[in-house]
Amino acid sequence: MASAFEYAPAPESRSVVDIAPSYGLFIDGEFTEAAGGKVFKTVSPSTEEVLSEIAQADAEDVDRAVRAARKAFEKWSALPGSERAKYLFRIARIIQERSRELAVLETLDNGKPIKETRDADLPLVAAHFFYYAGWADKLDHAGFGRNPRPLGVAGQVIPWNFPLLMLAWKIAPALATGNTVVLKPAETTPLSALFFADICRQAGLPKGVVNIVTGDGRTGAALVAHPDIDKVAFTGSTAVGKEIARTVAGTRKKLTLELGGKGANIVFDDAPIDQAVEGIVNGIFFNQGQVCCAGSRLLVQESIHDELLESLKRRLSTLRLGDPLDKNTDIGAINSAEQLARITTLADQGEAEGAERWSPACELPTSGYWFAPTLFTNVTQAHTVARDEIFGPVLSVLTFRTPDEAVAKANNTPYGLSAGIWTEKGSRILAVANKLRAGVVWSNTFNKFDPTSPFGGYKESGFGREGGRHGLEAYLAPSSPEGER
Amino acid sequence: MSAVDRLSVFKTYKLYVGGKFPRSESGRVYEVTDAKGKWLANAPLSSRKDARDAVVAARKAFGGWSGATAYNRGQILYRVAEMLEGRKAQFVHEVADAEGLSKSKAAEQVGATIDRWVWYAGWTDKIAQVVGGGNPVAGPYFNLSSPEPTGVVAVVAPQESSFLGLVSVVAPVIATGNTAIVIASERSPLPALSLGEVLATSDVPGGVVNVLSGRTAEIAAPLAAHQDVNAIDLAGADEALAKELEIAAADNLKRVLRPQPVDDWSATPGIDRMTAFLETKTVWHPTGSLGASGSSY
Repeated sequence: MASAFEYAPAPESRSVVDIAPSYGLFIDGEFTEAAGGKVFKTVSPSTEEVLSEIAQADAEDVDRAVRAARKAFEKWSALPGSERAKYLFRIARIIQERSRELAVLETLDNGKPIKETRDADLPLVAAHFFYYAGWADKLDHAGFGRNPRPLGVAGQVIPWNFPLLMLAWKIAPALATGNTVVLKPAETTPLSALFFADICRQAGLPKGVVNIVTGDGRTGAALVAHPDIDKVAFTGSTAVGKEIARTVAGTRKKLTLELGGKGANIVFDDAPIDQAVEGIVNGIFFNQGQVCCAGSRLLVQESIHDELLESLKRRLSTLRLGDPLDKNTDIGAINSAEQLARITTLADQGEAEGAERWSPACELPTSGYWFAPTLFTNVTQAHTVARDEIFGPVLSVLTFRTPDEAVAKANNTPYGLSAGIWTEKGSRILAVANKLRAGVVWSNTFNKFDPTSPFGGYKESGFGREGGRHGLEAYLAPSSPEGER
Repeated sequence: MSAVDRLSVFKTYKLYVGGKFPRSESGRVYEVTDAKGKWLANAPLSSRKDARDAVVAARKAFGGWSGATAYNRGQILYRVAEMLEGRKAQFVHEVADAEGLSKSKAAEQVGATIDRWVWYAGWTDKIAQVVGGGNPVAGPYFNLSSPEPTGVVAVVAPQESSFLGLVSVVAPVIATGNTAIVIASERSPLPALSLGEVLATSDVPGGVVNVLSGRTAEIAAPLAAHQDVNAIDLAGADEALAKELEIAAADNLKRVLRPQPVDDWSATPGIDRMTAFLETKTVWHPTGSLGASGSSY
């Protein structure tokens, strides 16, 4: 929307980051080629520019990484907690020091706006390591019995939507509790994990404590199925989560899953409309809606539907979509062609099923993967866009008349990760929050994260919690009766 | 006719589902014997349909039971202990028969079982403080993490410990507000079926605990695959069955508690059997601000 107040470009400089033309696997403290010699390309989703060539790990490479982690486990788990803590504090500090470089890198590889990587991802990554560093020598006081023991080697598979943050959520608690890890970053966003390997080197982390194996779903499947891992932690789609749950059935492997969602953002008629609009926008357009806890279903009290929608549309018309490295960009690129195709298909289906589609006037760049912010109104609970996780900038708007109806509709999903409540009435917040079957409920705010706060789902959004004291449990052996371990 | 010669009245053992005592809808029974092979009773041989009916009953009861105050749940569980104490002789007899124990050993088991109910009765209004709490968020927000019951839990009760083991897996599930479908020990189901009679007279709402007897594998399979069951405790499943059930449970991502070797059910339990069937909900609130000029006192 051109106007007299058009913004001048304000791109963040790429010069702070130096991406090598190719990367190997990080195993036992060294970068090595994949055994099969296969590589894949990682591209910038906003331009389709090839950023680097990455080694594709196969089962043999995974086995090598698991053996390195197993070997490192003995010494790492025997270190005094205070020493493990210091390594993690070092990592947290180095991340802070290198945060601009990592933010630019993440924006290049993922396509999300620099203002998000700079102001959300990176500060949270450093904070997460800092938080769990402090736990390493205090585990006796964490409520899991005296002298709680680590599990061993953790196999961790993470998604592409918050590459470095998901790495932090996985690696920080695992290392703090004395486990060693083999982590597989997502196929489309491997770079920040490989830069993290360099941070481990700078921090002097013992070899084999952190191993990074890159590749596609086959690499992840090989890791999850490896007989010598003791723990599987996965963040990603519910379909893959179920497959992993089947794979580890009958083994000793402890499992935590952080999966999909179809979060309800409930707006009551007494809500502060302007704040609610900001919260709705943040809830579904943060990170292009590629967020498992996105508020992708807007439930509006019928009496304020028209007023709210008008405000919302006006606000959406001011969102700036474009170069993710531009500091004024609100909406960046979709992470991959594959994800763009999925969003496109589901949105088209919404239209075909009779929901009313709306997007602000919005010019999309000619190269790269882009999808305009999209609203669906006249949505019923039976519509695909109200049921399936779209994982894109697509909001489905439904209405309700009573709080009971709002709760019933909010819970009418196999998922149970997040929800939002907008009302000025305190007792209503508490009553509704109490009835929502979701692991995270934001009242009069949305998409807030903090390392001290447990995060994770009910029902088919997975199980286990990441963050806070609760996040330690995923990496500790169960206590026996008598409270001993 | 002297008391010695009096012909006793046998009990028809029935299922406990939705607060009622139905026979298996299949009309089937199986023979239950004591440790030496002597006939004790015919127990209902539950069908898949019985299992599904029990899920419906457990789901119906979940809202009320999970919504009850923790204090109220504690009172009711304590009431269970009171009722059991009064029926102690009956359970000593049943446990002695079921497990081939001397009367004094069986009495020990029953005593420990009653004490187990008391232990969990006391937990109902404490677990939230132990595993939940406020989080020191780096920002102008207040948030609180609280445990909530997972929902409907299928419990494969231990095969050997027919009463203490049974209660040790059932009580932690319902103490926190879940509802349960319990598959009694296949060989020794009678104490479990009699427990239903105790629960029915202890103010435990119908459907909170549902007890099925029969072939463990036959009943557990439909429960593990059931889309309206939220979790499963595999305590009494052997290795092969446990794996099969865990695979089926993945279809709707049930929380699975795998079988663990238990040498001694009388040892004081930790809280793991409760936390296995608890979700953590974190609710965030903006704290607002009253401006910079706060009181310095």
